[in-house]
Amino acid sequence: MTNNILVFIEQRNGKVLPASFQLLYLAGQLAAKTGGQAQACVVGHNVGGLTATIASYGAKAVYVVDGADFALYRASAYAAALCAAIDKADPKAVLVPTSFMGRDLAARVAARKRAGLAVDCTDLTLQGADLIATKPMYAAKFSARFKLRGDRFQVATVRSNAYSAAAPQAGATAEVISVPMTLNDADKRLTVKDVAGTTSGVKDVTEADIVVSGGRSMKSADNFKIIYDLAKVLDGAVGASRAACDAGYQPHSRQVGLTGKVVTPKLYIACGIDGAIQHLAGMRGSKVIVAINTKKEAPIYKVATYGCVADLFTLVPLLTEEFKKALAH
Amino acid sequence: MRILVIAKQVPDSNAAIKVLPNGSGIDQAGLKLVLDPFDEFGVELAVQLREKRGDVSEIVAMTLGPEKAGEALRVALAMGADAGAHINDPSIAETKDEVFAAYVLSQAVKKDAKGFDLILAGKHNIDLDAGAVGPALAEFLNLPHVGAVQGLDIAADGKTFVARRRIEGAEEVVEGSLPVVLTIEKGLVEARYPSLPNLMKAKKKPVAVFSKSDLEIDGSFESAVEFVNIMEPPPRPTCKFIEGEPPQMAKELVRLLREEAKVI
Repeated sequence: MTNNILVFIEQRNGKVLPASFQLLYLAGQLAAKTGGQAQACVVGHNVGGLTATIASYGAKAVYVVDGADFALYRASAYAAALCAAIDKADPKAVLVPTSFMGRDLAARVAARKRAGLAVDCTDLTLQGADLIATKPMYAAKFSARFKLRGDRFQVATVRSNAYSAAAPQAGATAEVISVPMTLNDADKRLTVKDVAGTTSGVKDVTEADIVVSGGRSMKSADNFKIIYDLAKVLDGAVGASRAACDAGYQPHSRQVGLTGKVVTPKLYIACGIDGAIQHLAGMRGSKVIVAINTKKEAPIYKVATYGCVADLFTLVPLLTEEFKKALAH
Repeated sequence: MRILVIAKQVPDSNAAIKVLPNGSGIDQAGLKLVLDPFDEFGVELAVQLREKRGDVSEIVAMTLGPEKAGEALRVALAMGADAGAHINDPSIAETKDEVFAAYVLSQAVKKDAKGFDLILAGKHNIDLDAGAVGPALAEFLNLPHVGAVQGLDIAADGKTFVARRRIEGAEEVVEGSLPVVLTIEKGLVEARYPSLPNLMKAKKKPVAVFSKSDLEIDGSFESAVEFVNIMEPPPRPTCKFIEGEPPQMAKELVRLLREEAKVI
């Protein structure tokens, strides 16, 4: 076993999930403590063109598994591919972004390698050879620490935006290692027939760096227009509280919270949301939280970074204009 | 068609959960335990499949947990499962290593002589917030799996399926043959409440109990994960309230987000 740390670079259609680059930074930090290096594994079809970008974010070696069988994500096929890269690279640990793909893949790879697994880590540190993983527990009400034993292979999925990516270094190079891979029939048993967008052109709350959400105080579906206007200027997604979804102002696919979607964007703007426990559990992992609420005692302010005690119907359109001006420069 | 559903017992997410002062775990006193709501979707789906199709011969609910986890099995039985399997061994019952748990479950599945065509589990369990049990179980049983399923059609002949799986902002449509492991996302089914008479009848349904030695657990596969401690989530920084009239407030907020927080 080397002291290198391998990062699974998640890509769909050649578009890399930004969290992958954040993990390259983390892998570099962790590996440096034991004289190892950050390495990357990318799986897909015609993904060789991504290696320069991956190198620019700090990978010293990139293992590429390329083939028509890998054009679309399939758990077993990708697990076989990542395991082949692991066998070749012999890393101490593999880091995977927490995403639908990452959660799915990491569990299969951990089982295949009989590795220690921690899912959705918000913090990872080394204690000797052991990896100490901090992750949510009990529906995100608490944080728990787990030790992934250093004498075993380690797999961890890490939450988006828990770490920041390093600035890309143009011209940085990495050794590119092609991993030849012929799938056995068992790993080809499923076929992905279609990948259909479900959000009709508007970003989903789980894929946006910025989420603007409205609560019950929006009072109607039509009033959400000012939320959409703000989200559009910021290239963000629109979310809503359970109360707003239950009232029919927004579809449940936009619901942020324990029973909706859990999000950890760079910026979360909560408009007219008081902050029920189940909503807070779904967004308190966001990097920066802005709360706009007329009630200064609202629980949302307990998790907010910035608070504006103001009427959202006045403030949100003003904010949209200010962002337009600021982003025009 | 024989269906296996995984039915874990977890603390109720609607009840107050208290962490012990030394962080060694949660306070078990008066803790309300329930069948995991995502596993419950799996049980419900199995029962609905039987109601809609003529070919579901048996639904077995399996749990890994201490003695009291039998209550979660009973709920699954009351909802419509026919038989239970309880892996109840103090040395493994409360493992927090889902990969190990999946391995133990797979050993119990292998004890079943007739085999299962469909294995259902929750997308994740609300205690460990991980979701590794289903995919890892599939791996140990050398079966394919589809995770976070929110739509499902099984062909009339019971041989093939089409599942719709949730991903970020889209849906994957996945085809394959049974047997398969599926983990169930919220929204596919609404779980029924087991009636009191059904809860009573569930007591009479058979539950097989397994210990570690019954399952030929590979000793080299000791848990690679150790629980260290549990704590309140990391505190958020104190809220900085922005003063002034709305126009100034908007200007100042945009400035702070760009210059201080650097997120725009």
